[in-house]
Amino acid sequence: MKDVLRILEQDARTTPEEIAAMTGRSPQEVREIIRQAEKDRALLGYHAQVNWEKAGEEQVWALIEVKVTPQRDVGFDAIAERIFRFPEARSVYLVSGTFDLAVTVVGRTMQEVSAFVSERLAPMETVQGTVTHFLLKRYKEQGAILDGEDRPQRLPVSP
Amino acid sequence: MTERRAPGEGGGRRPTVSQRVRQIPASGIRKFFDLLASMDGVISLGVGEPDFVTPWTIREAAIYAITSGQTMYTSNYGTLELRIALARHLERRYGVSYDPHRELLITVGVSEALDLALRALLDPGDEVLLPDPCYVSYGPCAILAGGVVVPVPSSIEHDFRLLAGEVAARITPRTRALVMGFPSNPTGAVMDREDLLAIADLARRHDLLVVSDEIYDRLVYEGEHACFAALPGMQERTVLLGGFSKAYAMTGWRVGYAAAPAEIIEAMMKVHQYVTMCASTMSQAAALEALRRGDEHVEEMRREYDRRRRYMVAALNDIGLSCFNPKGAFYAFPSIRTTGLTSEAFAEQLLLEEKVAVVPGSAFGVSGEGHIRCCYATSVTEIKEALERIDRFVQRRRATFPQ
Repeated sequence: MKDVLRILEQDARTTPEEIAAMTGRSPQEVREIIRQAEKDRALLGYHAQVNWEKAGEEQVWALIEVKVTPQRDVGFDAIAERIFRFPEARSVYLVSGTFDLAVTVVGRTMQEVSAFVSERLAPMETVQGTVTHFLLKRYKEQGAILDGEDRPQRLPVSP
Repeated sequence: MTERRAPGEGGGRRPTVSQRVRQIPASGIRKFFDLLASMDGVISLGVGEPDFVTPWTIREAAIYAITSGQTMYTSNYGTLELRIALARHLERRYGVSYDPHRELLITVGVSEALDLALRALLDPGDEVLLPDPCYVSYGPCAILAGGVVVPVPSSIEHDFRLLAGEVAARITPRTRALVMGFPSNPTGAVMDREDLLAIADLARRHDLLVVSDEIYDRLVYEGEHACFAALPGMQERTVLLGGFSKAYAMTGWRVGYAAAPAEIIEAMMKVHQYVTMCASTMSQAAALEALRRGDEHVEEMRREYDRRRRYMVAALNDIGLSCFNPKGAFYAFPSIRTTGLTSEAFAEQLLLEEKVAVVPGSAFGVSGEGHIRCCYATSVTEIKEALERIDRFVQRRRATFPQ
């Protein structure tokens, strides 16, 4: 299964036939693996990775440190869920260190992001405090360098 | 002062270029290079190097070497640190042990190491056995070293392996050495341990030296690479050549090595010290980092090449260009006989009509005729597009060529 997922992770558009040729499996087998991985949620989705700035749309990103009081029986999970249900929250992680939850938020303007923090996140009863870091420049995301590396030139024919 | 003039400058004068150099042909690849330079939109399967950039940790080590002032010559043998790391690496991978002080030499790529080995081993008129087809420089280097080249044919019927019987049939009292390179550029063929044992037996019986170019040792996709020097009794008569270019995507760094008995390394070093002094210092720092932390990257690249390999071989066979299963390096070597074209005509017409560059098999020896070399060290997207174009081209040729 992993060989199929590795190929899809690199390029989600690779067809089952192509994956079959690359792995030596049959296309039917590849389709079955994909179906099962989707079912197991080992395969979460197929997205285009868009750099909206290049596409002419302004976005404001912020990393928010959230310090919370864990609750009896559910620990951090309940508060994490209350936060990750918001579509504005792009990622939510529980981390070790001086705060508990690391939340990435994206919005169209700084006002929009700060409104989300001050009106939705901070007032939650178990949230003790938040620190908002607005991103000034994004260099690399999910393994992709945003400004792109120059393709080095190979000689077209070499021994 | 002796007078030397350009050819044609006056009748009867000796040619400017030496007879020995005139005797070696220009690389068959060169011609395509010139043709290609004038074209746009070409997809090239004609390269002989990885499409990956050298892993960052290796590049970073070289940058550090430069900023910390490692800009002087190193020992003629190469830095001791690198030789020690290399000795451990060879011991760990193949169980062969070389003394880093006397039996290893760091060179400017395997290309230099091959040249040194042949110059160190050959006397004028000594015969050198080479697989045909083989890498383009074996023959010319042997000739430049005063040797006489004896090609040993191989063919698709035996997956382009070098057969001991074919070798034996060409051994004479003048035979001094066998030069071979497996996994093979251009065919992608590998020799397993059994195949090599048969060659080793010949080497022992006829007292041959074997120069084994194992630059593609890390790019084997089925089975394990068999190191010739690791076979019983072979280390004492083998010059093992290897390098960093293919495994670690370091072609431009020009760093390779030779491992051999002290007497041979000493002789090779003598030539090396007068010709190049030492391999580039920063490149040696990079090579050391490659040995220390490069393994994971090698494995990642190997897996990626394997996917492309399977894809390309399946697609070539679908097109009807029958292709044996190349288990190593990054080349497929399909037969193009069903098109009725020579490999050179095929490559030239394919380039002009469909803008796909491949290398004619004949550039690697007469036994390469009827084949083309397709390199799969390029993105799957490009491979896909290239194969679609090749398919169109082949269909057109088939329509006019009676089967």
